[in-house]
Amino acid sequence: MSIEQTTSQSSLQYARLNLTGSGRLSRPLARGVAGVAVASILLFLMLPTIVVIPMSLSAGDIIEFPPRGVSLRWYRQFFADPEWLTATFFSLRIALSTTLAATLVGTLASIALVRGQIAGKPIIQALSIGPMIVPHIVLGVALYLVFAPLQLTGNFLGFLIAHTVLSVPYVVITVSAALQRLDPVLELAALSCGASRPRAFFSVVLPNIAPAIAASCVFAFLASFDEATVAFFISDTGGKTISRKMFEDIDFNLTPVIAAASTLLVVVSLLLMGAVQAFTKQR
Amino acid sequence: MEQFSLAIPDKAIASGGSAKFLSRGAAVSLLLPLAFLLAIGFIYPLLQLAKISLFNPEFSLDSYRRLASEPLYLLVLLRTFLVAFCVMALCLLGGYPVAFAMSRLKGRYAALVAACVLIPLWTSVLIRSYAWIVLLQRNGIINSALLDSGFISEPLKLIYTEGAVVVAMAHVLMPFMILPLFSTLRSIPKDLAHAAFNLGAGPFVAFVRITLPLSTPGIFAGCVMTFILAIGFYITPTLVGGPGSMMIATLIGQQTTVLLDWSFAAALSTVLLVITLALVVVFRKVISLNKGFNGVN
Repeated sequence: MSIEQTTSQSSLQYARLNLTGSGRLSRPLARGVAGVAVASILLFLMLPTIVVIPMSLSAGDIIEFPPRGVSLRWYRQFFADPEWLTATFFSLRIALSTTLAATLVGTLASIALVRGQIAGKPIIQALSIGPMIVPHIVLGVALYLVFAPLQLTGNFLGFLIAHTVLSVPYVVITVSAALQRLDPVLELAALSCGASRPRAFFSVVLPNIAPAIAASCVFAFLASFDEATVAFFISDTGGKTISRKMFEDIDFNLTPVIAAASTLLVVVSLLLMGAVQAFTKQR
Repeated sequence: MEQFSLAIPDKAIASGGSAKFLSRGAAVSLLLPLAFLLAIGFIYPLLQLAKISLFNPEFSLDSYRRLASEPLYLLVLLRTFLVAFCVMALCLLGGYPVAFAMSRLKGRYAALVAACVLIPLWTSVLIRSYAWIVLLQRNGIINSALLDSGFISEPLKLIYTEGAVVVAMAHVLMPFMILPLFSTLRSIPKDLAHAAFNLGAGPFVAFVRITLPLSTPGIFAGCVMTFILAIGFYITPTLVGGPGSMMIATLIGQQTTVLLDWSFAAALSTVLLVITLALVVVFRKVISLNKGFNGVN
């Protein structure tokens, strides 16, 4: 509050003092220009996400804009097509299991990284966020080469391993940050009051980092559910994710069903991101 | 979609809860699941990839020799860097005003801008590439608007060009520019610009001489991040680009899906991996992902 007051005070002073400068006229102008520029960039950012919604409601046979008439026929086609449904359920199963695995593994590791004193910590940290930096196509090719002889392509376990590797950095970053913010004295106090280490963790640390863990669940879920590059390589005809199915359809036959599938995915992302906002507000 | 949480580690440094009271044995056992996961799902596959690129089945450098001797492959590599550079520049050009606005706005407007940055970040890359195809195709919105307004009489060829790849990739990567820029810009005291105004500077001079120089760490971090992510991009260049705008990741994909030359694909992937890791090592200080961790030590 006090900072804001100082700011408005100094702009008052500015108005009083700067009578000669050209700044007085050009400042509102600069503001207007900047406002228009920012608004158009924001439109650029949002347009591709929202444009799929009217497309998916089109009654026409091809993708065109503006769409011809309104109908739910492409949603009906989506839900009637066993190939789309199988891919969707396969993706959901993978994403939910990935969320569980990545959150568990990542949270345990974050505790060790923040509260423990171990040799080689920088290397472990670098490795744990490595899957975020290494191009996904490289990891996709590498995983295919290892999984193919083991018959792990198009396979639930193969996807679980690959997607947990890709999701774990989000968990480590989010949960480590929350643990660093949490005053370690709280945990020490619980310990010196006679709590066992697990008790101190479950009644003091866990409730405090719960919002971060919930947020990291969302990140892990979306990192798996929306993942397309690695899924492209380790899918096969026997098991493909919704991303792989979409990729094939976009590449070969551009039907409005893709817009319907996209809209469903966008809605899932929006709901989950809304949930993250809710978790973080509680803090 | 990488780091939505970029801003969080920044804040973490200040309060610095860094007491270390976990015994070494406990810490190591908590790390075991992660170590196992990364060993089987990350480190081993990457080592295997490098091995396959070198042994076929005996040791040979043929794949790498082929890569170095064919002008086509070098051209693809060169184009990858060029496209990544253009994407980075476009991200900076578009991302800076947004980050600046985000750092100056309050309340509802700030939330609105943040939503416009974060919603695309968490929308599947696939959907956004598809949307660009829809927007840029012959009878897409852009062409219809231009035709209707009479600027052009024939639809333009917008999709499957290098320009489309740059625009679509910049769209995907812009949040990675905006978030580090935002965290730098937010930390610059507003009083400095006001002081410049008081001393007679106009908004332009105040920006160029005060805010812009102070925000260089954010610019640098955002540029490094977008460039590194851009050189390894697969989905967008493959779907939005054409044969004349091939990048290294698309070339790798083509080797594996069309030509089934896995040992050459492994060599190309290894080259891409080495380039990426070299960039990460050189610029590790500015990659903002690590900020939260550096605060611990």
